Amino acid sequence: MSATTAAWIVLAAPLAGTIVTGAMFRRLPGRSAGWLGTVAIAASFVFALIALARVQGASPGHRELTSTLWTIAGTTGVDAKLTILVDPLSVLMICVVAGVSTLIHLYSVSYLAGDRGYVRFFSYLNFFVFSMLLLVLAGNFLLLIVGWAFVGAASYLLISFWYRRTTATAAGIKAFVINVVGDVGLVLGTFFIFKHTGTLDFVRSFHAAPHVFAHGSGDITAGCLLLLVGAFAKSAQIPLHTWLPDAMEGPTPVSALIHAATMVTAGVYLIARMHPLFQLAPAAGDVGAIIGCLTLLIAGTIGLAATDIKRVIAYSTMSQIGYMIMGVSVGAYTAGLFHLMTHAFFKALLFMAAGSVIGAMGGNQSLDRMSGLRRALPFTYICFVIGGLALSGVPPFSGYFSKDAILLFVAGRGGWHWALWAAGYIGALLTALYTFRMIFRAFLGEPCPEARELIEHGHLFHPEQPTNPANGEVEDTDVGFPGPEHAIAERALPMRAAMGVLALLALVGGIVGIPRVTLWLDHFLAPTFADSTLVGHTSNAVLAIGLVLGALVSLAGIGIAYYVWVMRPGLSTEIRARFAPLASLFEHRWYFDEAIDALVVRPGAWFGRFAQTTFERLFVDGTLIGGTTGLVRAGSALVRGAQSGFLRAYAALMVLGLFGVALYFLIES
Amino acid sequence: MNIAWYLAVSALIFAIGAGGVLIRRNPLVILLCLELMLNAANLALIGFARMWGNQDGQIFALIVMVVAACEVTVGLGLVVAMHRRRLPIDVDELRELQG
Repeated sequence: MSATTAAWIVLAAPLAGTIVTGAMFRRLPGRSAGWLGTVAIAASFVFALIALARVQGASPGHRELTSTLWTIAGTTGVDAKLTILVDPLSVLMICVVAGVSTLIHLYSVSYLAGDRGYVRFFSYLNFFVFSMLLLVLAGNFLLLIVGWAFVGAASYLLISFWYRRTTATAAGIKAFVINVVGDVGLVLGTFFIFKHTGTLDFVRSFHAAPHVFAHGSGDITAGCLLLLVGAFAKSAQIPLHTWLPDAMEGPTPVSALIHAATMVTAGVYLIARMHPLFQLAPAAGDVGAIIGCLTLLIAGTIGLAATDIKRVIAYSTMSQIGYMIMGVSVGAYTAGLFHLMTHAFFKALLFMAAGSVIGAMGGNQSLDRMSGLRRALPFTYICFVIGGLALSGVPPFSGYFSKDAILLFVAGRGGWHWALWAAGYIGALLTALYTFRMIFRAFLGEPCPEARELIEHGHLFHPEQPTNPANGEVEDTDVGFPGPEHAIAERALPMRAAMGVLALLALVGGIVGIPRVTLWLDHFLAPTFADSTLVGHTSNAVLAIGLVLGALVSLAGIGIAYYVWVMRPGLSTEIRARFAPLASLFEHRWYFDEAIDALVVRPGAWFGRFAQTTFERLFVDGTLIGGTTGLVRAGSALVRGAQSGFLRAYAALMVLGLFGVALYFLIES
Repeated sequence: MNIAWYLAVSALIFAIGAGGVLIRRNPLVILLCLELMLNAANLALIGFARMWGNQDGQIFALIVMVVAACEVTVGLGLVVAMHRRRLPIDVDELRELQG
C-alpha cells in the first residue's frame, strides 16, 4: 500500500465513524457507540503508521507525495482539487493526532458513560478527528481552509456539548466567533498569496513564491501577517486567546483532545507548513515570535492565579503553544513540532487526570475545594505528577528536551533573540510554579470531604443536587447536562489504559530528539524543512548552559512551589496581600476580556443599534419597502373596481371584447 | 347548398345563446344558453368541413362536444351543490367573489 492510499484511509475511517454513529444514534445500545468511534480512530492511527513507514522507507528526495481524488473547480486561474499532501510533516501530524485521539476516545468510553448524549458525543468527536486530519493532510489552501473551518465547528459543537448549560453555550459561541476572526485572516492571507502565485496548490505555490515575491515585500508580509491572525485565533495567542479558558466548559476529554493536544496546535502546524512563505517575510516571523513570547509569559502568570483546575491547565496550554509559535516563527520548525508532539502527550495526560479528579469531586473544579486527593486517587496522582514533571521540563521527561530544543534554536539566532531566550526560561519557571501549585493544592494536605468519602467509604462523592460548577445554577442529569454517574481512572479500565499509555509517552517521548544524541525527528523532518534559510548556530557551550539552566529552573520552580504551598501554607496569602495590584491583574486575566469588550464588542453593538434605528428603520423599512408596498397598494385599488362579482357583467365584457376583436379584423381586412 | 345559410343559422343560434347568457339570471338557463353557443360553433365547424370536403372540422366538433359534456357536468354539479346548501339560484345574488 502506498503512503497516499494509507493517508486516504486515515481520512476515511473517522468520517465513516461519524456518519455511522450519527445516523444510527438510536440503534446503538450501551457503550457500543464509544467502542465504534474508538475503533474508527484506531484504524486511522494504524494506517497513519503505515503511511509513516512508507514515507520513512522512501529515499529522502521522494518523501513528498501528493494525491488527487478529483477536481472540485478547475477553470482558468483556479485549480481547486481534492488533493492531499503526504510528506514527513503531515505524516508526523497525522500520527500524533490519530494516536492521541485514539487514547482520548478510549478514555471517553468510560468518562462519558453516564451521560445521556453518549452517541452524539462520539459522533462529534469523530467528526473533529476527521476535520483535524483533513486540515493537516490538505494539499492546497482550499482544503486547508475547509479543515480549518470544520475543526472550528467541531470545537463549537463540543464546547456546547452540555447545551442546557448557559455558560457552556456562551463559551461555545465565544470560541466560534473568535475562531471565525481567524478564519477570515486565513482566507484573506490566502488571497494575497494566490493573487501572485496563481495557484492554490501548496507545492506549486511554494515553488513559485521566491520568484514572484521580492524578499520582505509588502504583499507577502501582509499575506503572512493575515495567516498569523488565523494561527493566533486557532492557537489562542494574545489577543485572540480569551476563548480557550472558557472552552473548558466542554467535557474534559474535549479539553484534552481539542483544546490541548490537537486543534489549538493547528496554528503551529500552519506556520511550519507555510515556512517557505514566512522565510520571505521576516517581519511576520518576528511578530509571531514576539507574540508567542508574550503569550507564554502572560498565560503563565494567569495560570498562577487561576483556581479552576481545568483553567490552570488551559492557561498552561496557551503558554506552551506560545513556546511553539515562538519556535516555528524564528525557524525552529523541528523543535516546535517536537514540542507539539510531547505537549500533546503530557497535556492530554494532565487533562485526563484532571477529569478523573473532577469525577472524584462530583463535578467540582475549584482548587479551593480540593486537597489531599493523593490517597483517594493514587493512580491519578502518579499520572498527574508525571504530566506535571514533563510540563515543567524536568529531565529526563519529554518536555525537557522539546522545550530546550526550541530555546536552543532561539539562542542560535543571536541578537535580540537572546531576550526571547531569557523570557523562555522565565516562562519555564512560571510553568513549574503553577503546575506544582496545582498538584500540591489538589493532592497534598488534609483530605477534603470528597476525598474522605472515597478513602473511608469507598464510593464516589455525589452532590445531592447537581449544579453548574461555574455559577452554581441548579441542573438535572438529563440530556443536555452531565449525566448522574461520574467516572474516575481508579475504577474504569479504559481510562486507566489511556492514561497509562500517555504517561509512558510523556516519560520517554523525548527520546526522539535528544540534542546531538538522537536526531531521529530532525532526520525525518529534514526533507520538508531542507529549504529553510533561518538556521541558528549554537555552540556546545550554549547547548550545555541551556540544558543545565532548563533543568535548574524547573527544579527551582517545583522547589518554590513546595515551599509556598506545602511547607508554609499561609505564605501564598501573604504574598498575595503584599503584591495586591499584581495579583488582581493576574486574577482578572490581565483584563483582556474587559478590554475586548470595551474596544470591540461595545462599539460593535453600538454601531449595530445605530444602523438598526437609522439605516434599517428609516431607509430600508421606510423608503424602500414602504415605497414598494405603497405603489402596489395604489395600483390594486385602481383595478379592484372592475371586480364587481356580477357574473353577467363579466360575460357582457367578454362579448364586447369579442365584438371589438371581430370589428378590428373586419376593418383591417 | 351555399355555406352562407349554414353560417347564418349558426350565427343566429350563437346570438340567441349569447343573449341568453347575458340576460338570464338562473344558472341552469345560463348553462343551456352556453350549450346553444357551443353547438352553434359546432354547426359552423361542420359546415366548413363539408365546404372543404375533409374531416378536420368534424373532429373539432367532436372535441367541442366532449368539452361541452365536461362543462355541463361541472356546471350542473355546482347548481346541485348550491341547491343543497340552500343558496339562491340566481347569479346576481351570488356575488361574494369581488375585489
